[in-house]
Amino acid sequence: MSTTTADLHGAPAEPAVNYLNASYGIKSWLLTLDHKRIGLLYLGTITLMFVVGGVAATLMRLHLVEPQGALFEPETYNKMFSTHGIIMVFFFLVPSIPATLGNFCIPLMIGARDVAFPKLNLLSWYIFVTGCAFALYGTVAGGVDTGWTFYPPYSSLYAQTHVVAVALGIFIAGFSSILTGLNFIVTIHKMRAPGMTWFRLPLFIWALYATSLIFVLGTPVIAITVFLLGLERLLHVGIFDPAVGGDPLLFQHLFWFYSHPAVYIMILPGMGVISELITALSRKKIFGYSFVAFSSLSIAVISFIVWGHHMFVTGQALYAGLVFSVLSFLVAIPSAVKVFNWTATLYRGSISYEAPMLYALGFIGLFTIGGLTGLFLASLATDVHLNGTYFIVAHFHYIMVGGAVMAYLGGIHFWWPKISGRMYPDMWARISAAIIFIGFNLTFFPQFMLGYLGMPRRYAVYPAEFQVLNVMSSAGASILGIGYVIPLVYLIWSMRYGPVAGPNPWKAKGLEWTIPSPPPTENFEEIPIVTEDAYNYPAIEAHQYPDAPGVARV
Amino acid sequence: MAATHAHPPGFAHQFETVEQQREAGHLGMWIFLATEILFFGGMFTAYTVYRSLHLPAFIQGSHELIVKFGATNTAVLICSSLTMALAIRSAQTGKSKRTIILWLLLTMALGAAFIAIKLRYEWYRDFVEGLIPGVSWLSGGTHTPGVKMFMCFYFFMTGLHALHMVVGLGILTVLVIMTARDRFSPGYYAPLEISGLYWHFVDIVWIFLFPLLYLIGGRY
Repeated sequence: MSTTTADLHGAPAEPAVNYLNASYGIKSWLLTLDHKRIGLLYLGTITLMFVVGGVAATLMRLHLVEPQGALFEPETYNKMFSTHGIIMVFFFLVPSIPATLGNFCIPLMIGARDVAFPKLNLLSWYIFVTGCAFALYGTVAGGVDTGWTFYPPYSSLYAQTHVVAVALGIFIAGFSSILTGLNFIVTIHKMRAPGMTWFRLPLFIWALYATSLIFVLGTPVIAITVFLLGLERLLHVGIFDPAVGGDPLLFQHLFWFYSHPAVYIMILPGMGVISELITALSRKKIFGYSFVAFSSLSIAVISFIVWGHHMFVTGQALYAGLVFSVLSFLVAIPSAVKVFNWTATLYRGSISYEAPMLYALGFIGLFTIGGLTGLFLASLATDVHLNGTYFIVAHFHYIMVGGAVMAYLGGIHFWWPKISGRMYPDMWARISAAIIFIGFNLTFFPQFMLGYLGMPRRYAVYPAEFQVLNVMSSAGASILGIGYVIPLVYLIWSMRYGPVAGPNPWKAKGLEWTIPSPPPTENFEEIPIVTEDAYNYPAIEAHQYPDAPGVARV
Repeated sequence: MAATHAHPPGFAHQFETVEQQREAGHLGMWIFLATEILFFGGMFTAYTVYRSLHLPAFIQGSHELIVKFGATNTAVLICSSLTMALAIRSAQTGKSKRTIILWLLLTMALGAAFIAIKLRYEWYRDFVEGLIPGVSWLSGGTHTPGVKMFMCFYFFMTGLHALHMVVGLGILTVLVIMTARDRFSPGYYAPLEISGLYWHFVDIVWIFLFPLLYLIGGRY
């Protein structure tokens, strides 16, 4: 793998037979065992779910243009934000990077022909689609109004909406996460090419490994919790009903035991993607490889012991609150390690501002804001003031959208030439990255101010003095919406009309760039033997790649 | 890539060696069992919390269960783990497929006996006596809310366990068919081993359930 001669001479050509055209027809896709095709099946499914969740968000922001609400009855508004949260969290963000880019990239990056259990991989997609179907049925049939957290006793006793169908969808989709995580862990342990030691793995793999641990250890707990909630709602046996001795707080404990780690399910793969983008597009070895690798694992471990910070104002014991507060601060350490190491990697790098790099830089800035405002919420005293306000909404959107979605889009743009074999129009990609960055900040920065001023979340109406900031936020949301539509258009366009990308358009290191784009079904003609560390960029001299992105700019 | 050398039965194309495939299968099952522990763990946690909140009622509820049937079932399950281990051992040492199938069928019989005892002598009796919350519940008399809570968890936990038993019986059926078709040899019996791990796990869950539900609570 030390040299890739193919991309040094002549115009790049697409391989005649690759995974996309090896077989044709619906059946060849629906019964495929190829990890690359399964990744694309996920890509299509979660894009659909993203559109559903995005439409709900757009309607909410439109509604909030006026203090008394512009569009809906309050009950309908409740269903809108519940749908938005449930779809975006469980059916978009959780599977987003792992199930699409992870599925596509892991075997390519570690030098394997496929994941360890291809049939299980396909099964997990079918399970996911079944879960989506239940959730969409519940949404179309009338929606739920519980919020994405399903807190009892409202969800178990009082809500008159389709709680069971949607909860069942989450329960089912959870098993898809578990099987994906299991598959990834075994693949990373057992399928690495000769010479691909743990400390030669790309950091994206480390991040997905940490994510998979949370999938495997966290998801079963939400499954059993949702199961108990469903039984309680159907049979009214009183598990979470305080009137007959049940404890609604127990639900919150169990729920956040998964749902806090789930936050890291969403952000950790994004961090892995950023490590790839930063190194490839600044042509530098990552600064402090093992620190970045272990920070992923430590985030995964710490994520399991901080759930109580969601319950500071629920009447949890004061000492429990103190402990959870301190533990929550600990998350800042590995997160900061990553941010500093990315910055140090960029330092004196040969940076090229291709679209993936714009997303990566956006990620670093927005994630830093999201992370630092998290410290406000991890502090007991400030949390009492900020809890339940738009400050929280802004904080987690800086992590989830400014972090996870930016990384997802950056990753899609980075690996798109490998996935499709084609390049997208670079100018449009940069423009849309800029639009997304601007739209995002305009949407969510005012929400920090709204929250600080005391505007509670989840309300369909608000006092008139908050209108200016709300209108700004809604305007930002429409810009953000446009920013999301543009890539959808040009990426689809590029599949047919984009210029042929060649095996390694970024001149990047990594096994996935040594094979043709799109890759053949078997990935590697011969399983490669790895002889060097990841991101071994100093080995490339500028004169060897006069056309490499960024080199001309130095 | 694959046509150059002959493949042993059951060898999948994504692996380079049989050994790699065996290790992957084992690791996969262990990770699955870790998931299962957390799955049951959520319920065990909830049980423990409510037991500490409603201790007298949980003791009273525990006394509604009949220890002799639970104890019998414990013995039945432990025996089934032994026969499962013997089935794997027979495959490993190259015994005839009749021997392997015999041990597998015996394991299935014991598993089925467990479910039969559970259904006939415990759950059915509970149904008749009105001890099943949400289905047949005689709420009068001594049945305080805490007792109802205990019975809830009893049925959730044993029900989930029984569901795992049923899945295990399905897996064993597949193994019997595979054995009958000569799929296993001393060189390749990974599906037997991996299914054995699952079967033993389900057994161990019961080893925790039995004292938790039947024994602790001042009966002895």
